[in-house]
This record gives sequence, C-alpha cells and structure tokens, in this order.
Amino acid sequence: MRYFILAIGMMWTLIGAQVLHGFEIEARATFGPPTNDPNLRILSTADISYFEPMIASFLENNPDISIDYTVASSSQVMQAIAAEQAQFDLVISSAMDLQIKLANDGHALRHAPLRTVELPAWAHWNSMVFAFSQEPAAMVVSKAFLDQMGGTHTRQSLIGLIRKNPDKFRGRIGTYDIRRSGLGYLFATQDARGSETYWRLMEVMGQSDVQLYCCSSDMIGDVLSGKLDMAYNVLGSYAQRHPHADQVAIILPQDMTTVMLRSVLIPKTTQQPALAGLFLDHMLQRAFGTQTGAGRNLAGGPSLESSAINRIGLGPGLLVFLDRYKKQRFLSEWESAILQ
Amino acid sequence: MRFLLVEDNQDLASAVVERLQLDGHVVDHADDLQSAFDFTATTDYDLILLDIMLPDGDGRTFLQRHRAGETQTPVIVLTARSQVSDRVGLLDLGADDYMVKPIDFSELEARCRAVLRRKGGSARNVITHGGLIFDPLAGALTIEGQEITLRTRELRLLEIFLNNPGQIIPKSKLVDRLFSYDEEVTENAIEVYVARLRRHLAPSTVSIKTIRGSGYKLDVSP
Amino acid sequence: MTAPVVRGSIRRRLTIIFLSAAAALSILVVLAIESVARQAVQTSQDNILFASAVSIMDSVQLRDGQVVIDLPYSSLSMLDSVTDERVFYAIYLDQDFVTGYDALPIPAGVTDVKGAYQTAGFLGETVRITAVQRVFAIRDVAQNLTVAVAQTQTNVRQTVEQVRRWAIGMGLAFFMASVGITWILVEFATRPLRRLAQSISRRGPKDLRPVAASVPREMAPLVTSLNSLMQRLQVSLKRSEEFIAEAAHRVRTPLAIVRTQADVTLHRVEKEQNRKALRDIVRAIDESSRAAGQLLDHAMVTFRADDLDRERVDLTKLVHASLEQLRPLADLRDLDLVAQTAASVWVQVDPILIQNAVHNVLDNAIKYTPLLGQIQVSVQATATQAQITVTDSGPGFPDGGKSLLTQRFQRGENARGVVGSGLGLTIVRDVMAAHNGTLEISNITQGGACVILSLPLE
Repeated sequence: MRYFILAIGMMWTLIGAQVLHGFEIEARATFGPPTNDPNLRILSTADISYFEPMIASFLENNPDISIDYTVASSSQVMQAIAAEQAQFDLVISSAMDLQIKLANDGHALRHAPLRTVELPAWAHWNSMVFAFSQEPAAMVVSKAFLDQMGGTHTRQSLIGLIRKNPDKFRGRIGTYDIRRSGLGYLFATQDARGSETYWRLMEVMGQSDVQLYCCSSDMIGDVLSGKLDMAYNVLGSYAQRHPHADQVAIILPQDMTTVMLRSVLIPKTTQQPALAGLFLDHMLQRAFGTQTGAGRNLAGGPSLESSAINRIGLGPGLLVFLDRYKKQRFLSEWESAILQ
Repeated sequence: MRFLLVEDNQDLASAVVERLQLDGHVVDHADDLQSAFDFTATTDYDLILLDIMLPDGDGRTFLQRHRAGETQTPVIVLTARSQVSDRVGLLDLGADDYMVKPIDFSELEARCRAVLRRKGGSARNVITHGGLIFDPLAGALTIEGQEITLRTRELRLLEIFLNNPGQIIPKSKLVDRLFSYDEEVTENAIEVYVARLRRHLAPSTVSIKTIRGSGYKLDVSP
Repeated sequence: MTAPVVRGSIRRRLTIIFLSAAAALSILVVLAIESVARQAVQTSQDNILFASAVSIMDSVQLRDGQVVIDLPYSSLSMLDSVTDERVFYAIYLDQDFVTGYDALPIPAGVTDVKGAYQTAGFLGETVRITAVQRVFAIRDVAQNLTVAVAQTQTNVRQTVEQVRRWAIGMGLAFFMASVGITWILVEFATRPLRRLAQSISRRGPKDLRPVAASVPREMAPLVTSLNSLMQRLQVSLKRSEEFIAEAAHRVRTPLAIVRTQADVTLHRVEKEQNRKALRDIVRAIDESSRAAGQLLDHAMVTFRADDLDRERVDLTKLVHASLEQLRPLADLRDLDLVAQTAASVWVQVDPILIQNAVHNVLDNAIKYTPLLGQIQVSVQATATQAQITVTDSGPGFPDGGKSLLTQRFQRGENARGVVGSGLGLTIVRDVMAAHNGTLEISNITQGGACVILSLPLE
C-alpha cells in the first residue's frame, strides 16, 4: 500500500518541530497531488504509518484531493484547537477525554453520518465525536514472563507474581507516566474506576521500581530489546505492527480489558466542512461499513472477543477526570502509590 | 204550476214573476229568508226558485232547513256565480238544479220539467181530450191507450196548443216560446215541428189547423 | 313559482361554526399538551441537574481547613445517559471561582435551602443551569460553596418535539372526528326545519290550516308567524272570494233584470222590427254574461293549474254528472246525448278543473250542433291513457280545427248566431296541459266535430 501511495507522487515531510504554530507538532506529511494549499488538513495523534492506509483508500476514490496530515501529542492537539483556533478540518485523537472536551466546549461541528453505516451507540457522541477504531489497553510481555504467568492473565495474578518475585522484576516492568501521557492518564483513571485492584497493582509495581514512559512505542521497544519483561497498559496495536512482534506476547487482562476508542471530530475552524464530512464518512464506512465488518479493529489489534471489556464511554463523564482538582487528587494518589 | 220565487232584488223579482205569469204559472214572491219560510209553511209549491244571496242570510241555510223538513218540493237555485266549484257545493247541499243569472226562460222551463220529472211530478196538470191524455211534467202523451214518445220541442208545442185550445197562435209567438234567443231560427223550423206533431196527433180527436197569414190553431173535435 | 332569494345556508353556517370551534379547540389542545409536556420535561431535567449538583456537593470535604472537591464520575455521566448532551459545571466558594467553566452563568437566587434554575445561552447552545449552595465553616468563617451544573436541551427538544408531533396527530384525529360529529349534528339540527318544510309542501293548495306538528322551541316563532300568515291568507282569500261573488252578483243581477224585462216585452210587441231589436238585446246580454263566466273560469284554471289539487276520480262518473247537468239544454235543442262509457276509469286529477273542461266541451257541442242532431260521448281507458271523446253531428271545425280554436278569444267561423266567448277551448287546453294531458280537435268524416281529451292514467 505504501508503495502505491509513493508511486502516485506522494510527498513525505518529516519535521522535528513546527514553529509556524504555537503548538508543537511531531510529524507532517502531505498526500495526493502536490500543492502548497492542501484541500484537507488533518490534525492527529496517530502516527503517519498508522493512519496512512485510511488516507490511501480515501485517495483512491478522490485522487484530486490533497491532504495535509499533521501529527501532534494529544495535549498539543487540545492546545491547537481549543486555545489557538488553528485551522484544521479533522481532528483525530486517541485521547477520548480531550476529544469530548473539545466537542463539549463547542469546538466541534455536528455531522450527520451516512445512513448506510450502522454506527453502534457507543461509537458516537452528540453527532460531534465519532469513534473509528477500538483499541484495548494490553500487557506486552516477553516470552519468559509469559511462561511465569501461567494460564491466568488477571491483574490479581500479576500482583501475586510480582509480589512473589520482587527482586526478579525490579526495574523490568514498565507503564505510562500518567503525569506526562494523556493516554496513560485515561487508562489509569478507567482502570481505577473499574476496580480497586488497580491501586494495589500500582503499589506493587512501585515497590519493584516500575519504569515510567511517555509512549507506548518506547515501552514496546524496550520489551523487544529485552530491557523490560513487561509493559502494562500499552496499545497492543503498536506491538502487533512491530516487525518483531512474534518475539513478544500481547495479553489482554482477563478480569477487565479497558478499551480505548480512537475518535475523530470536525473542528469549528474548518474551511472545508463538506470535504471533512466526506472524509469522516469514509472513515466510518471503513470502520463499520459492511465492507470491512462492523466494529473491526482498524489497526488489526488483538481480538476482543473473549475478554471482559470495559469500553470507555464517549461522554461527559470523561470530563470529570479533566477537572483540575480531580486530576490533582488522582495524580497525587498515583504518585503516592508508585513513588513510595 | 205554482212557483215560489225567493229573490231580494225587487226589479228582478217582478220581471221574473211577470215573465212566468206569461206562461200561465202562479208565482209567489218572497224577498228574504224569513218570508220564504212563511210561504212554504202555508203553501204547497210545485217548485221553488231560490236566490243564494239574501239580505237576512244565505240561500244555503234555506236549502238545509228545507231539506230537513217534510216537504220534498224541488228547489232550483238561481245564482250569480257561474263557477263549477260553487255549483257542486249547491248540489251537495240539496239543490235539485241551478241556473246562472241571467236566466234563459226556455232553459228554466226545460230544467223545471226535468226536475219535476225526476221528482215524480204531480197529476193535477194532466190534460185530457177524449182519447188523448197529456202529462206535461212527465212529458208523457197517450192516445187511445197508445204511449207516444215526443221530442222536447214537440212536447212544448203540444203543451202550448193544449193550454190555448181554439186560439190562433202566431208563428212568431211559437218561435219565442220554443227557441232560445241565441238560436237563429226561421219560421220554417216551426213548420217542421208542427208537421211532426200533426203526425203524432193523427189518431186523436185534436188537430192543428193552419190559419193562413196568422198562425196555427188547435181544433178539438167532439 | 318565484325562487326564494337564497343567501347563506344554516347547514353551512353551522358547519363552519362547529368546525372553526373544533379547529380552535384542536389547536388549543395541541398547544396545551405541548406546554404541559415542556414543563414536565423541564422539571425532569431540572431534577436530574439538581441531583447531579447535589452529588458534586456531597463529594466536597473539608480537609485541613481546605475545601477538597472530588467530582464523582456519575455526576456528569448521569446527565448524558438518555441522549447525548453537552454538560458544564462551575464551582464557586463565595465569589471565588474554584473549578469548572468560569464563564457559566450562575442562576440568581440560589441559597443553601433552595436550588436555582435558569435557561441561558452558553458556548453556542441553549443550556439549562441548576445551582445549589451549601455553607461551610472554613477556619471559623462561614463560606458559601455554590455548585452549578448545566446541560444542553437536546432531550428536552426531542421529547417536546415528539409530544408535539403526537399532540398534532391527536389534534388532527380530534378534528377529523369533529368533522363527522358536526355532520351528524348539523343533520339533526336542521331536521325539524326540513320536516316542517316537507309538511307544508305536502299540503294541498287550499290547505291553510295552522301547523299542528310539534317543533323545537327555537322554531316556535317561525311557526307562529307562519300560522299567522296562513290565517291572514285564509282571511284574504275568503275576502276575495266574497268580493268575486259580490262582483258577479252586482253585474249579473242587473243583466238578469234587463234580460227578463226584454223577454217579457218581446211577448207583447208585434212589430217584427222591434222584436228583432229585443232579441239582439237578449243575445248581447247572454253573450256578456257568458264571457264574464268564462273569464272567471279561465282565471280559476290558471290559478289552480300552478298547484293541482289532485284526487282519485272516476272519469265515467264525472262525465255522467256533466251530461245530466247539461241534458236539459240538449233537450231544448232536441239533441240526442248518447254516452258510451267504460264502467269506471280512475285517474288522479283535479276534479274541479276536469269537470270544467268536460263541461266546456259538452257545452260547445250542444251550442254548435243543429236541432235534432246527435252528440256522442265516450269514456275509455287505453293502457296508458284515459280518453274522453265527444263527437257531434254539427258542421265541424272550420279548417279541420287546425289552428283557430285553441287560441284565446278566437271563435270559429261558423259560430255566427251562437253565443260564446271563444274562451272555452282555451280553458280546456290549459286544463289538459296542467295534467300532462292533451286536447285534440278534428272533424269526423261525416262532417261533425270531434274533441278528444286524453289524460295519463295513474
């Protein structure tokens, strides 16, 4: 697929930091016919490689459209849209809480999706935020660790395993630093909401000198390189797409798997609401349309069929954890659990 | 015949009385309802001629009371109204016939005779000459026991002759008596009737003689 | 007959009034239902907002003299459970903003015992805001903590819209039902009127009795005036009848006097010249009297022809009655009146008019037939018609009777010497026409006149 896109004259531009905007961007690419004024500007938290197939399939039917794809962290996305009114036509993010906040605070346009797409109730909120992929928070473990875990993959069994071998796993377990990662914070709050076990797990991890990361990719990289035995609450899809994915195991907690929804919205600042809607419909069509199968994991992540799923609900409940005091309180609790 | 005329208009009443007397009838005249009742109470009439509009009441009242009484004297109503609806009402109330004023006297005579014939008449007017017996009311002529049917004008003619035996009657008089004024008749017509009557009377003892230049005369052989 | 001047219709007026009322009522009901629904939905939204605010308030703790707020997850998610709603909140300690959306308006009048509610625009949408307040003693100072929670009105709008659609449906159904009920109602309301109209139109032309049938109270004045009108009509009819009678009396009586005196005089004068003059006088009197009679008859026929007073009548009997009445006149002229009649021929006719017609035809025949002639009268019924045929042995109609006789006031050529106004056959023709019958006149081969009156059988 990538070769096809290259062949039609697509241009890759990788920029370390973009100073044209107030917010920081991580990468940028343009697709379709070369132009200085692209038709569609997408601001996204997803890697280019992750999203490229979606763009490519859209361009197949709309070859005249040029697309600008800008990657930024979820907090920078928030900054760009809410604070700076940056002009984008679509905002794609894995930070569901921030997407909801953008929409709730009036930064999103309403969109009526095509009738042909059977959108599940959980996949949209207020005609503004639309989910197009669901990705579970997984444990990525080394083969050795997998053997030690045995047949049961619950948080409880994980706690038991670490407790039994405090020294063996010291410094060899990684998880998000939720103070730095919005996704990590989202997973943590949802885990905590789901069960009290989360806090005990954090305490146990803290005791065995847990390593803290900003991003799933770094964490998975360290598991693959043997630096870590296990990464907790990472995006399984990142590991699966890794060229050496077969060297690690991706495990979904059997007691409760938190599932994150990647979502898209049309910001109010769009200059191309119709085109944005067209692309959004294309995304939904690919995610839920009959061609690809309803609810299929876009990134081809681990199957969700057998697990107890806690799909994070799109809705104003997510705003609670964005509250200043709530977040303060949660982080201080987390810190006191992790950093004893 | 004896008539009672009930009529409030004096001029008309005296003219009618005079006219009827010309034909040899006896006529009493009552000019209101009350005197009409007085007359009928005391006198037996052959026929009553009744005007409908009277000063002291309606002729219909008289009809009703008259019919309720014992006498069967026929009544011919003389009305100023010609309409069928009125006439029907009169007949229903018991009038035997009616005539619309002004009265044609030949018609009156014909109607009187018809009414009297219907009612059975009376025998006192029968005229007899030898084998000839004539009942003018019934219109019946019998000669030597033989009944002879006569036409109306033949009867009328015979009656005139029998009532005035031996008298010369001019043709013009006969025309006046026999025909109504709306008919254009010549004296020839009289000759036709006289001829017919002579044939009927041939077997009897009476005969009609022609008096040249004057008229006719009834001769009665002993 | 003169058609009434029609303006409007009670039926239409009632229908319009009823349907307008029904429509107004329908709209009123729709509006009322909508308003009630709006209030109910608003109340339920206020209750949820209140519960949310209270749950936030309940999570507030005082720790080390500081207010600690631990927003419950459900406090905001509960506001989104039925429909997707944007939600906002704001927390103030006295006048100081603590957390949430600092631009959110706080409903006025909130106290620690009573919540306050307000609808306002916020961030591009209409929101409903509920605030609650509680007093906290912080370092011995009483401070008011105010929690405001707001929600967009998607659910309210949708529910109200749903109720409105339902209400409009009900309103329409109510209106349609009203249309049916109105029809029945109007039918009932106008029935007495139609019944009255029928009972009057069924009456015969002479029936001027007051209306005796019971009518609703509202129609009593109408019937009263109707009865009074009929009474006046009856009085005036009687008066004009009396007038005609009086007029006829006044005209005919002097004529009768003159005629009688002329008659008497005729018997006394000998001179042929004087006799002729007297005869002419008598004839003129007869003619004018007859003309007066026929004019009255003609007027009567014209009057009755508009509204026939039909009865079942035996034509045979009727013809015989006329024959008996006229027989003395025929006898005077020595005419044979021969009747050949069927046993009975029943027809539905106005007997006064038919009698008048028959009388006229027979009277004419008697007048025009020469002395010693014959008149034949027959009454017969065919499959569809009753026929009265009168033939005589007279000279017949001039020109075969084609055109002349039925015109008003026209007399036949051979009528010289016969008293008659010529109106007779006009009367006969009019009577037949009024009965959908026909008058045919012709001459028979032997030369006499033939008059055929045909009437449709029942």
